[in-house]
Amino acid sequence: MLKFTAEHEWLKLDGDVATVGITQHAADQLGDLVFVELPEVGATFDKNGEAATVESVKAASDVYCPLAGEIVEINEAVTTDPSLVNSDPQGKGWFFKLRLANIADADELMDEAAYKELVA
Amino acid sequence: MTDTGPLHTTPLHALHVSLGARMVPFAGYDMPVQYPAGVLKEHLHTRAKAGLFDVSHMGQVLVKADTGAYADAALALEALVPVDILGLKPGRQRYGFFTDDAGNILDDLMLANRGDHLFVVVNAGCKSADIAHMRAHLPGCTVTPLEDRALIALQGPAAVTVLATLNPDVAAMKFMDVRDVTLSGVTCIVSRSGYSGEDGFEISVPSEKAEDLAKALLAHEDCEAIGLGARDSLRLEAGLCLYGNDIDTTTSPIEASLEWAIQKVRRQGGEREGGFPGAARILAELAGGTVRRRVGLKPEGKAPVRAHAKLYADAEGQTEIGEVTSGTFGPSIEGPVAMGYVPTAFAAPGTPIFAEVRGKYLPLAVAALPFITPTYKR
Repeated sequence: MLKFTAEHEWLKLDGDVATVGITQHAADQLGDLVFVELPEVGATFDKNGEAATVESVKAASDVYCPLAGEIVEINEAVTTDPSLVNSDPQGKGWFFKLRLANIADADELMDEAAYKELVA
Repeated sequence: MTDTGPLHTTPLHALHVSLGARMVPFAGYDMPVQYPAGVLKEHLHTRAKAGLFDVSHMGQVLVKADTGAYADAALALEALVPVDILGLKPGRQRYGFFTDDAGNILDDLMLANRGDHLFVVVNAGCKSADIAHMRAHLPGCTVTPLEDRALIALQGPAAVTVLATLNPDVAAMKFMDVRDVTLSGVTCIVSRSGYSGEDGFEISVPSEKAEDLAKALLAHEDCEAIGLGARDSLRLEAGLCLYGNDIDTTTSPIEASLEWAIQKVRRQGGEREGGFPGAARILAELAGGTVRRRVGLKPEGKAPVRAHAKLYADAEGQTEIGEVTSGTFGPSIEGPVAMGYVPTAFAAPGTPIFAEVRGKYLPLAVAALPFITPTYKR
């Protein structure tokens, strides 16, 4: 199940674990990324906690944790090669996997149709 | 520099929009920060080929003495700017700055000897203050802002090839030469200079001809439009100051490591020693040094260290020693680059220091400027 936030993150839910990244729209707006900083595995965040940082030539931006939970895996490939986020933001450019504190929290997020309407 | 009114536009505004630029407010103007290629590719294109920049927001000003003699205008302006303006030869350009009574920097500028007058280019954000300053303090001179001209910068190793397709005479110009050049049937003021660290030109063109000229240049396969984003990363790699970031009314030219711009004739023992605002402090600093200096900073890691990051002597953040004034990712360096102010004891290249970024203390080394090797045609 794919969900979206108004902060331009996507979540792919598999049981109580969500793979999280930023949307194509966000990647396009940020431009070519040159630096990505990911959280540590084991870190816990509240909803909208500052979980990661992405930087273009021009500016640094925060990536918020879309829901409360614990980081169970991170994608080191994007710290090695930040351009993956631009070339494949909703695939190889994923950021981290989050074990949700409460699976039901995901219900309040947007589905793909609602997100597409938001960025249209 | 705060402008709450409607944004000004340059004569190239419609062209930027038609090229798909992302427009942002800058110094009261609606300016292109980037085009669809993006800052990274625009930066690299400029270093590899040729980039066209709209810098029409900058102030273009003529300073002419009522006597009609260049020397009189030059001597008058030397009372505001601590560089050798009298000794500037016809058809030559030079960097300088306005200083205040405390010896700090009011603005930096380019000055050209145009035979019987001076052609001056100042920063967009300071231009009304600069014009008022010159009108108040240049007795016997007329200060004329050129409101009806655009300014186009063409920068990069292929800039000369691109511009020579419109007039081959430009190939004979050397770095910091300034002359009238006919381009697409219109007389332009062309200087071989810029703000990227690359060979290139700045072209002052009548507003109504600016779009035609820009299109003629962009028609060359090596020439692309470049936004303010890449202009900033290019100048930072080239070690060039941005007024308002790296220099302002809290920094003296010597603290800013700009003493190279103050020729001997204006220094202690020179024929026209002093005689500019803040001379006592600036001459004393030239002789005795300063407490702090602007230096290059090379972060060891991959994280950009940006303006206003605090600098520390130690990795624990115990001893604060200064602040970053400009910092970004340098696409040509393929890593972060920055500049900032540190105590003189920390100013030697290679000195290890630390910058606070998101609560961490990242190691960086003081570095010689520029970060890239300039390709100026001297």
